Amino acid sequence: MVKEIERAGLPVVHVCTIVPISLTVGANRIVPAVAIPYPLGDPNRTPEEEKEIRRNLVEKALKALQTEVTEQTVFTD
Amino acid sequence: MTYRIIHYINQFYAGIGGEEKADITPEIREGVVGPGMALQAALRDEAEIVATVICGDSYFASNLEKASEEIIEMMKKYSPDAVVAGPAFNAGRYGTASGGICEAVSKQLGIPVVSAMYPENPGVDLYKRSCYIVETTDSAAGMRKAIPAMAALVLKLLKGEPVGSPSEEGYIERGIRKNKFYEKLAAERAVDMFTAKLHGRPFVTEYPMPVFDRVEPNPPVTDMKNAVIGLVTSGGICPGGNPDHIEASSASKFGEYDITGIKDLVCTEYCTAHGGYDATYADQDPDRVLPVDVLRDMEKEGVFKKLHNKFYSTVGNGTSVASSKRFGAEIARRMISDGVTAVILTST
Repeated sequence: MVKEIERAGLPVVHVCTIVPISLTVGANRIVPAVAIPYPLGDPNRTPEEEKEIRRNLVEKALKALQTEVTEQTVFTD
Repeated sequence: MTYRIIHYINQFYAGIGGEEKADITPEIREGVVGPGMALQAALRDEAEIVATVICGDSYFASNLEKASEEIIEMMKKYSPDAVVAGPAFNAGRYGTASGGICEAVSKQLGIPVVSAMYPENPGVDLYKRSCYIVETTDSAAGMRKAIPAMAALVLKLLKGEPVGSPSEEGYIERGIRKNKFYEKLAAERAVDMFTAKLHGRPFVTEYPMPVFDRVEPNPPVTDMKNAVIGLVTSGGICPGGNPDHIEASSASKFGEYDITGIKDLVCTEYCTAHGGYDATYADQDPDRVLPVDVLRDMEKEGVFKKLHNKFYSTVGNGTSVASSKRFGAEIARRMISDGVTAVILTST
C-alpha cells in the first residue's frame, strides 16, 4: 500500500515495527515503531508517558515527510 | 551414519498458544514437537531430529539479532549437522523468523539449512539468498507436500549431493546462477525459443529478468503548516463491531471511516479487526496503532493545517500483494481527490 500511495504522487511515511519487511517491500521513508501489538504506544508505561512516546514518533514521521530523500531511508533519531 | 537435525518452529505449531503467546522467548526441547513428527517420518532413519527450538513469532521478529544469538547458543549443545525451520506458509513473522534463524545458522555454524514458505511470505524476499526455501501453499493445508520436499532437500545437502534447479527440487529461486553444459549451442537454443514463441508454444527462458518494483520517493512536504495529513493503517483499526467485516486475515477489502470531530480513538468506539497479532493492546487503546489523539493535538497547535476527516484501514495479515496494491491505489485516488497532501501509514 505504501508503494502505491507513493506511486500516486503523495509523500508517505511508513511507521512500522519490522523494518526489514518495510525495506523489502520498498517504502522510501521509514520510521521504526515500538512493538508489533502496539507500534505507537507502550502499555507498560503510564498513559501520559505513552502519549509522549506516540507524540515523538508522529513528530519523527512528520520530520521524515519534510526530508528530501533519494533512496530508502530509515529515520532512527 | 544418522545425521543430527534441529527443527525450528513457532509457539503456535508447538501447541503453546496463538497471538497471546507470540512474545515467548526461545526454548529448546529434546526430540520432535508438532510438525516435527511428520518431518522425522519423511527423514526415515537417515537423519534424526535431536531437538526442537520453539520461539514466539513476535519475540523473534522484534528482536532479530538477540533471538538468533540465543537460539544458536541453545543449538550448539546438540551439535547439529543441519537445521530445518518451518514450514511457515504465509505467516509473515514466522517466515521472517525461520529465514532469520537459517541465515544465522548458515553463517555462524556453517551447516546446511532449509526452510519452507509461500512465495509471498515476506521472509522469502528477505532470506532466499541465504537459504533454500521450499515453496509451499499459503496455509497449513500444504503440510503434506511441504514436509517430504524439505526432508529430501536437507538430506541431499547433508550428503553433499548436487542440488538441481528450483523447479526440479521445489525450492524458491534464489537468484544464483550456475554454469552448465548443453548439447545445443546458445544460438540454436535462442532460435528454438523464438520459434516456440512465434507458434504460441510454451518455452522456458534460461535467464529470467529480475523484477525490481521500486517507486522513486516523492519530494518532501515543504509547507507543513498548510499540509493535509491522511492516515492509513494495515493494523486493522475500525469502528467497534467491524461494520465492513474486514477479514482477520487475507483481507479482501479496506474500510474508509469518518473521524470528523473525533479527538481520540476510544476503546468503546473503535477496535482492531486484525487476527495476526495479540489484539489486547490495540483494543484497549486504538491510538496505539492509529495515532489520532496526538494528530488532533498537533492540528490544534497548528503544526499542520488539517487531519483528513477520513482514515483508511485494512488487515495486513496474509493479505496478498495483488490486493494490497489495489487497496493502496484506490486509497491514494480517494485521498488525492479529497485534497490530502501527505500520508502516514502505520503497520503492526
